[in-house]
Amino acid sequence: MAASDEWQPSAAVETIRARAEMLEGIRRFFRRIGVLEVETPVCSRYAATDPAIESIRTRYRGPGAAQGLDLYLHTSPEFPMKRLLAAGSGPIYQICKVFRDGEYGSRHNPEFSLLEWYRPGLDYHQLMQEVAQLVNGLTAQPLPVERFSYAALFEHYLGLNPHLASQARLRQCAITQGVSGADQLAIEDRDGWLDLLMSHLIEPRLGRGGMTFVYDYPASQAALARVREEATPVAERFELYIQGIEIANGFQELTSAEQQRRRFTDENHRRQQTGQSRVPIDETLLAALAAGMPECSGVALGLDRLLMVLTGTADIRRVVTFDLSRA
Amino acid sequence: MMCAAIDMLGEDVMASYSTNEFKGGLKIMLDGDPCSIIENEFVKPGKGQAFNRVKIRNLKTGRVLEKTFKSGESVEAADVHETEMQYLYTDGEFWHFMDPQSFEQVSADQAAVAESAKWLKEEDVCLVTLWNGAPIIVEPPKFVILNISDTDPGLKGDTSGSGGKPATLETGAVVRVPLFVQIGEAIKVDTRSGEYVSRAKED
Repeated sequence: MAASDEWQPSAAVETIRARAEMLEGIRRFFRRIGVLEVETPVCSRYAATDPAIESIRTRYRGPGAAQGLDLYLHTSPEFPMKRLLAAGSGPIYQICKVFRDGEYGSRHNPEFSLLEWYRPGLDYHQLMQEVAQLVNGLTAQPLPVERFSYAALFEHYLGLNPHLASQARLRQCAITQGVSGADQLAIEDRDGWLDLLMSHLIEPRLGRGGMTFVYDYPASQAALARVREEATPVAERFELYIQGIEIANGFQELTSAEQQRRRFTDENHRRQQTGQSRVPIDETLLAALAAGMPECSGVALGLDRLLMVLTGTADIRRVVTFDLSRA
Repeated sequence: MMCAAIDMLGEDVMASYSTNEFKGGLKIMLDGDPCSIIENEFVKPGKGQAFNRVKIRNLKTGRVLEKTFKSGESVEAADVHETEMQYLYTDGEFWHFMDPQSFEQVSADQAAVAESAKWLKEEDVCLVTLWNGAPIIVEPPKFVILNISDTDPGLKGDTSGSGGKPATLETGAVVRVPLFVQIGEAIKVDTRSGEYVSRAKED
């Protein structure tokens, strides 16, 4: 039964106004630097293969699909935006709602607002600077910016090399650093342990009083980023943290259709191994990459979390106008 | 909703909760002890493993601890519920309580009664937390009326109440009372703070 105040928005009116102002500021920023606003489909025949991201599925029936058509709500507009880049769009951005199954809490709502943009010709370090400029155009006071490689953070806070440490070493570190229950966690791979250490022990200390960019992730966490082949290969990927909150994730984009296909296939394989369902691989993206996507960097920024930072709100449900419990 | 406790063959299987069911007040088993979830935080890197970081109270020891679970794991449910019961008597080792509806009796040990013992007066209704049917926590009523069995009789007539004096109650509890309160009088006490509230009104 609906509680008596359930019709009310979960965000305060001032917060709803702050959101409108933030969106206006973002559009002004991109107009000034000449990045084009675009729209792409929310519902797609294809889904994200990343085992850590689960799409919500829906179905269309009617003209154009007499037998019915399974569609996935996008988890980010990345794939069609890359098709636009391959089609010669030049720099583009999008503000849209995206959807992720199974994510709800003080920093997650299954439906949330994402700002995603792509910059042909800029590398991911230049894009980090642009992200900082955008954010500092929205804050009351400009925030100081610091940058650390993923490896430097782990060395600094935990005294270990995240690229080389064994799974047993990572597990032992979680236990000795006092992550309660770590000894009983059934985590199967190194990346799971790295995620545990990052989210429990490092993240809370990042972006205190400013912006912290973390870059060059383990190659196993490349997602759609290019991997730089060195003695220890790293993914040319970055994240932005403010006040311990993960705000943005960016890549030096992978442009090779062949490598992209391999990653999609590997991810689907891993999904199957862990009992998740396989999802249709986006052949249109692979065709676009094969046709030629310009070298570019791209980033996705969580607007609800940015609004949390801008308004000093601790719970995402207080910045989303109607959160899941009121949707 | 708790998962079915009986499988299709009619055999008992352990009831469990998935992390998706975690919320404040949920009772789960942890390392053999019944616990109550105080806070549940969903933690997930954008492109990584999801965890539930939970703050839990061990109902047997009262201790609060943190624990991280992998999202999607299942945890054994604890058969814990709270019920109002009437305090009957103590035999020195156990404190005996009765369900006023079913007249069923249970006995609580020292660990369950703990600090509450000094407020327990026969026939008072207490909140008893049962785990697998046995008491693990006994909470006295928020306010109790108890007779003063001993206090310094002097200083009669001084009603300023400055500082007061200790008084021993019929249950053995010692509280500070105003100077004008005397042996044999009934007083009202707040059991949460252990403080004198007023003289009890005559019925």
